[in-house]
Amino acid sequence: MAITEPPKIVTSRLAHDDSHTLERFLATGGYEGLRKALAMTPAEVAAEVDAASLLGRGGAGFPAGRKWSMVRPGPLPYLVVNGDESEPATFKDHLLVERDPHQLIEGVVIAAYALQVAQVFVYIRGELALGLERVQGALNEAYEHGAVGRDIFGSGFSVDIVVHPGAGAYICGEETALIESLEGKRGFPRIKPPYFPAAIGLYGEPTVVNNVETMSNLPWIVAHGGAAFAALGEGRSTGTRLFALAGHVRNPGVYELEMVKTTFRDLIYAPVLGGGILHGHELKAFVPGGVSAPWLGPEHLDVPLGQDEVAACGTMLGSGSIVVMDHTTCALRAAWRITRFFWRESCGQCTPCREGSGWLEKILWRIESGAGREEDLDLLMDACDNIAPGVSWPPQQTTICVLGPSIPSSIASGIRMFRDELLLHVKEGACPHG
Amino acid sequence: MADPVVTSHHARAPEAAPGDVVRVTIDGRVVEASPGQFLIAVAEQAGTFIPRFCYHPRMKPVGMCRMCLVEVAGPRGATLQPACYLPVTDGMEVVTTSDKVRKAQDGVLEFLLVNHPLDCPVCDKGGECPLQDQVLSYGPGESRFVEEKRHWAKPTPISDLVLLDRERCIQCGRCVRFAAEVSGEAEIDFAGRGDQVEVAIFEKQPFSSYFSGNTVQICPVGALTATPYRFTARPWDVEQVESTCTTCALGCRVAVQSSANRFTRMLGVDSDPVNQSWLCDKGRFASASASSPDRLTEPLVREDSGELRPATWEHALSTVARRLAAARDEHGAASIGLIGGARLTNEDAYAWCRLAKGVLGTDSVDCQLGDGLPAELVLGLPRATLDDARTAKVVVVVSGDVRDELPVLFLRLRQAVVDGGTRLVELGSVPGSLGTLDVAVGHRAGDAPAVARALAARGACPAGVDPVQWGEALSALSVAGEDGAGVVVLVGRPSLAEHSSVAAATARVLAGAWPAARFLPVLRRGNVFGALDMGLAPGLLPGRVTLDAGRDWFSAAWGQVPARSGLDCAGMLGAATDGTLAALVLVGADPLGDFPDRGLADQALEQAPFVVAVDGFLSPSAARADVVLPVPLAHERSGTTTNVEGRVTRVAQKLVAPGQSWPDWVVAVELAARLGCDLPYSSVSDLWDEIEQLSSAHRGLTRSVLDSLAQRDGVLVPLAGTPVVLSRRPPAPIDPIATPGIESVERQGAPLRAGLAEPLGGSDDEAVVAAAAAAVRGERAEVTAGRGEPAEAGPQVGPEPLRAGAGGPETAAAGAPAAPAGSPGALEGQAAEGQAAAPSAEGSPPERHQRPAMLRALPEAPVPALPPTDGYGLRLVARRTLYDDGVAVDVNEHLASLVPPLQARFHPADLAPSAGPERSLRIRLRSRRGVVTVDALADPSVARGTVVVPFNVGGDGAEGGAARLIGADDVVVDVRMETVAP
Repeated sequence: MAITEPPKIVTSRLAHDDSHTLERFLATGGYEGLRKALAMTPAEVAAEVDAASLLGRGGAGFPAGRKWSMVRPGPLPYLVVNGDESEPATFKDHLLVERDPHQLIEGVVIAAYALQVAQVFVYIRGELALGLERVQGALNEAYEHGAVGRDIFGSGFSVDIVVHPGAGAYICGEETALIESLEGKRGFPRIKPPYFPAAIGLYGEPTVVNNVETMSNLPWIVAHGGAAFAALGEGRSTGTRLFALAGHVRNPGVYELEMVKTTFRDLIYAPVLGGGILHGHELKAFVPGGVSAPWLGPEHLDVPLGQDEVAACGTMLGSGSIVVMDHTTCALRAAWRITRFFWRESCGQCTPCREGSGWLEKILWRIESGAGREEDLDLLMDACDNIAPGVSWPPQQTTICVLGPSIPSSIASGIRMFRDELLLHVKEGACPHG
Repeated sequence: MADPVVTSHHARAPEAAPGDVVRVTIDGRVVEASPGQFLIAVAEQAGTFIPRFCYHPRMKPVGMCRMCLVEVAGPRGATLQPACYLPVTDGMEVVTTSDKVRKAQDGVLEFLLVNHPLDCPVCDKGGECPLQDQVLSYGPGESRFVEEKRHWAKPTPISDLVLLDRERCIQCGRCVRFAAEVSGEAEIDFAGRGDQVEVAIFEKQPFSSYFSGNTVQICPVGALTATPYRFTARPWDVEQVESTCTTCALGCRVAVQSSANRFTRMLGVDSDPVNQSWLCDKGRFASASASSPDRLTEPLVREDSGELRPATWEHALSTVARRLAAARDEHGAASIGLIGGARLTNEDAYAWCRLAKGVLGTDSVDCQLGDGLPAELVLGLPRATLDDARTAKVVVVVSGDVRDELPVLFLRLRQAVVDGGTRLVELGSVPGSLGTLDVAVGHRAGDAPAVARALAARGACPAGVDPVQWGEALSALSVAGEDGAGVVVLVGRPSLAEHSSVAAATARVLAGAWPAARFLPVLRRGNVFGALDMGLAPGLLPGRVTLDAGRDWFSAAWGQVPARSGLDCAGMLGAATDGTLAALVLVGADPLGDFPDRGLADQALEQAPFVVAVDGFLSPSAARADVVLPVPLAHERSGTTTNVEGRVTRVAQKLVAPGQSWPDWVVAVELAARLGCDLPYSSVSDLWDEIEQLSSAHRGLTRSVLDSLAQRDGVLVPLAGTPVVLSRRPPAPIDPIATPGIESVERQGAPLRAGLAEPLGGSDDEAVVAAAAAAVRGERAEVTAGRGEPAEAGPQVGPEPLRAGAGGPETAAAGAPAAPAGSPGALEGQAAEGQAAAPSAEGSPPERHQRPAMLRALPEAPVPALPPTDGYGLRLVARRTLYDDGVAVDVNEHLASLVPPLQARFHPADLAPSAGPERSLRIRLRSRRGVVTVDALADPSVARGTVVVPFNVGGDGAEGGAARLIGADDVVVDVRMETVAP
């Protein structure tokens, strides 16, 4: 499949070293989308976003327009922007907050206008020190410039934005845990129902929570129209999207690609993109959408980068983070490393996730270090089944949030795809990869 | 599918309109429920138990343990859903026993055991442990876990009373939620993440709650243990009875457990109108004091040498009788005074009242020690129930700190304010625990009547009150009616350095301005309300009637009543000092500790010619008596008690009193006999029967009503005086997982309801209720003996089980007095059998006598004039604290250390700059009455010109505590501060 050359929607300024400055932003059409939006009615702005069919870019892929329509019409108390990107190998929002913070702010104000919100909280992962500094700096400039605050650009619309740094918990990327954290509490995801913060969110009020990348798309959508955005991509997956490519590739990094028009093979092997596997190694497997997602193998390289297309393979495009594993990778160790992450980041609320993650991690490490038993593979699968019954995708869950059912993905993938390799650990009493 | 329809009684669906019904199919059975009810509760009422750990019916669900997963049919097929927070909807189909559910339950339990130490053989919880029980019922047969478990240092103390074993913890969050949600003290919380989550306290800030014991009771594993109980018993070795806590006047329902006549522990029982399963730590742990080696075990008589020496009962009783008779004969009956009685059961109190007023003929009787409210005010105020207070639009507080006085009432009111939308306005000179929840109006001590008058009139901000606070108070009050509709007033003694006439005037002002308001008198002593109902106060007779109103009725029944009103406690102590009191009887009273004027109490005990103390301990006052008579305490006697709202509940005997203790009523009967009067009581039941027959307030409350399972939560008296008459349904079953350890109370049957151990059909209770209701209307009714008639009591029964029909004709023949034959209210039939036609030895009251009318009108309470203040005076506020130097705390090794130090708190501006929150300053406080040396602390919450000192604290030394500064007649007490050279 040929690689399309779509318009750069969220990465247009990244060629410039000073892309984060107000000068560069204004020189490259910055805040024009906002000016245009303020000339429209809020409903018209929302209609453009609806027409764009913009899928949320946080991982779940819920249509942004639909999320908004759950709270419209009428003023909304709070809009929250989720910038708590913390999963291993996921770093696309990282790029946006550091390199184009004004674009994010412009998108946020457009959304605030469409939803008639007067108070926005932008929650950014605490470890993104430079990103926090840049967004806060840009916000100060935007206030100065009249793009945020009272009577924006003379339109009569006012909104305040507060930047809130996270305190180091992955779980706070879960929107209800993020809300708890914003309220000053422990980052425990809330029980559902209520199923969405749109019903009961921050401080008990209806709240919309959107991802940084989702927000960053809005200036372009308003400037060019929702239809232009929807014309890109295919099916439900419209527009472009950021893919964070990591692992054993020559050119790791963030790529903005038109959805569906590009395949995993293009992304990993095209010279202008991933540039192929490091050292000319063979591809063993890859994580298609963040480490929560079940893995895919070389046979899936030609699957297009579209939400439904990837879902059809029993996994997800998720947060758009792709991790490539070459043939020297120990599948067991990879699964252990991912499981260890979830164990460390489980909030500790639900028994299956809290205790299951630690137990699974211990079993995996025991096998990896040579003390495995053959029946351990069944034990692993059965323990996974007690966290996510059926161990299928999309998962069923026994827990409050989806962190729990994310744990089995790598373990089940490892066992299903590389059972013999795992058993070799048991037979040899050591990791075959050394 | 269409199996029997089960109706749920205890719907918890605030948003659902009454009558709304949804139908849910649970395991093929159709069940009706109210919309919004949680599935777990609906299933339980329908008889389907869904296992759970974190769910507690008295707290909000959190869905953490995931033990309650069940299959619920949905648009995408049946999925596992947590029953604890899933609201039922019409047509919901639920399966609780499918393979998928069983696997999930099995999985959760296996996960829970991954890091659980499985040290059941050495764990206090073993044998009553929900984790143990549910693993056996729902869990895996063996563990597949072979790795190393998580390890922590253990146990770690999180407070003086509670130890934490983090290895056993299953992170259900019940303790954390109790602190945050119920007691409002966020002093314990989770720390850490994943399987390293631990319950933790903050540095330098232990879990100092008055309610910490509840976290131990609701812990579903052995992670939290109470130091007093730890390693003292195994659950299968203890026996228990259901009873009522008499530590304060709230009347919390409890299960009392003992092993081989040794008290082991007390657990809260879920009584919906009262304590809803919670207890305070003093109530929970102070019962152990009765087992103290300091208990009195034999009568003591002061010999000529001046020493108290052990004596026989015969010698002690005849000494007392001789001295009392001599006092009566030489100086008149009015020269005998009786102080105390709030420690007694209703039956004991009645016996002592009859001894004092009917036999000796003195009206100088007072169950309060100058630290309460005038008796006629307490009985005359329209009484609120606890539920009235919880559902009030506005609660107005003019009392001491409720958390210190009636701790569990604080929990109920906190819930009302925090969750229920009740507004609360507190008046006082230092903010209390309730005031800090909503509006606290600060004013100078003594000004309460004026501030209350302005508040009721919604008038201008009175002088000395912060206008902002005043505005908030008026705004809070705006939801109540002009006539006080929707207002419940908590009236008590905000300061013991303020004369009771100030509190009385405040109550009078509010009652006058708000005819529709209801009142809860904040008196804390055990059965003080029962003692008042039984007439242990000057000017009163049993049944809430005045001496004048009840004169004919009780003269006929008792033979005589005093001619004139007598003295209250202060009056008696004063009379002792001026030589007009010839004998003083202290019934469980310690004026040296409790009377606000220590100087007067000292002098009175010094000068009284003869003092007899009836007590379980040799309290400081008892130590100065001439004769000391030992009696049972707390769980060593049976009978009834009456709480703050007038609720009569059963007190069950669990332990045998040490040594030669005799029940209080027996002491009264024996003394009467030696004074030439045979009181016709041979059991507690005889006493209750007479109370029911003579008391205007207790008419219709027969023993069969009290004994019926449906009235397990007790009965409000007077029966016809309140909208709540009698409960017609059995109380909710105790959730064994919510309150582990006491699930068997019903199954074993408390001994007082021994005959009701089997599930009751409705008919018996219905008959009992109907009979009681008829009796209240003055009709004659029959109670048909049925299954409701209790059978012989079980092995745990105390010596005096109250049983319907236990009296029998013999009792009457023994001379039951005063059966007002045929008089309105006499109840023929099972309950009253034997008395109806019995001629009394002393003659029945003539037919023309009606039961006397109960006290309704309020006594006049003029606003006392305040003395002028000078520029140097600081007004003293003496507050009760939960833990003080009272004997029950003093002899308790676990509680004694919790008594606060004798510290005086001042506004920082009133204190020398050298003191601060971190540094204390040694000072002397001097009043007209005396001098006390204290540590001074700066506290910005104290009003300027005020000094706050805890009462009955640190008074062990010769100097005494706050009571040294207070004069019994002082309206307010002003003190001066003097520095002490370091």
